[in-house]
Amino acid sequence: MIKKTVANVREACEGIKDEMTFMLGGFGLCGIPENIIGELVRKNIQNVTCISNNAGVDDFGLGLLLKKHQIKKMISSYVGENAEFERQMLSGEMEVELIPQGTLAQRCEAARSGIPAFYTPAGYGTEVAEGKETREFHGKMYVMEKAFEADFSFVKAWKGDEAGNLIFKGTARNFNPAMCGAGKITVAEVEELVPVGELDPNQIHIPGIFIQRIFQGEKYEKRIEQLTVRKRN
Amino acid sequence: MALSKEQIAQRIAKEVKDGYYVNLGIGIPTLVANFVRDDISVEFQSENGILGMGPFPFEGEEDPDLINAGKQTITALPGASFFDSTMSFGMIRGQHVDLTILGAMEVSQNGDIANWKIPGKMVKGMGGAMDLVASAENIIVAMMHTNRDGESKLLKECSLPLTGVKCVKKIVTNLAVLEIIDGKFHLLERAPGISVEEIIKATEGDLIVNGNIIEMKF
Repeated sequence: MIKKTVANVREACEGIKDEMTFMLGGFGLCGIPENIIGELVRKNIQNVTCISNNAGVDDFGLGLLLKKHQIKKMISSYVGENAEFERQMLSGEMEVELIPQGTLAQRCEAARSGIPAFYTPAGYGTEVAEGKETREFHGKMYVMEKAFEADFSFVKAWKGDEAGNLIFKGTARNFNPAMCGAGKITVAEVEELVPVGELDPNQIHIPGIFIQRIFQGEKYEKRIEQLTVRKRN
Repeated sequence: MALSKEQIAQRIAKEVKDGYYVNLGIGIPTLVANFVRDDISVEFQSENGILGMGPFPFEGEEDPDLINAGKQTITALPGASFFDSTMSFGMIRGQHVDLTILGAMEVSQNGDIANWKIPGKMVKGMGGAMDLVASAENIIVAMMHTNRDGESKLLKECSLPLTGVKCVKKIVTNLAVLEIIDGKFHLLERAPGISVEEIIKATEGDLIVNGNIIEMKF
């Protein structure tokens, strides 16, 4: 067994520097690497590029980095819930590249899988396709999109073992699996870290080969962005 | 009377057929789930990674790890499955989802749709909309016929940045049900008490009216 465990979030984030590119898992505030984001804020690294479907809210998730002006560029598909984000984008303080959600996921997956580029129909005929190669297959037009290049992938899983095997829960899975192994170093934080042999190999979503460092997060707030409920009759 | 948002959703629900996998966008499309007949089997897909999405949870039973693409807390029905974003968009681009229902700011008569950006004003992003409209065979747009200033949102050409080209087939607005055929809007149904003339006036794009246009009933 190749052991991937590190003691804590500080050790897990060793080697992060200004100007680096990070991938961060999560959809909205669901399944985000909360402890790692806290460490990025604490270390106050500057001018980073973040690849993440969303940009958090004003006081949680990536919104915490935004507030401290640590982000030079965001690559996302939807950023609607963050007023500070919109302000920094419209004023030109921060560079933003908005791309289709499926393209974002596939560019992570491609990076992990050794595929330099691929064709997708998403965005053809729109400003997303401007300057990109297009090509016809079977009578339909497609846009060529390239794999991401990132220094670190930061993901969050429900359970993990010392070998780096991961299991996700519910819709907290989202972008996390595609980002595992897509950056040069993948750091996974988990709610529960168990010894090897405790996870059923049949149930593992991401094999440990894609993970370089794993640790159990100290605490999880798991904030709900839109609480919607129904009344009991 | 023009249709309420609930009535637009109710009318669209009639387009949902037995055995369909359906992706619902944010806003009016989300309401469609409330009006689908209960004698047919339909599964709702949310692109953040669930098939078999159920209603909102009961108070106190919400799970932060279980949300829809609108970031609302939801439940999973028996038979539901979770998956990652790559597989989710594989379902979408691979045309395994039968029907996509989404909102729009503008639709043009050749089926172009704009719903993600107002330059200099509102830039929220496209989310999964570009993947959905580029791939789906069957797209229904739910929208208001005109904007707050009374200007038509059914146009000869979209003025806003596009989400997709030549992809919309059917539109349900607060005034009418329309189809796009050969680069023109065709009027199919009108809202109760709304005249054909009112719909023509509210439609900037070319509108074909053939024969007697039936009035929707609720």
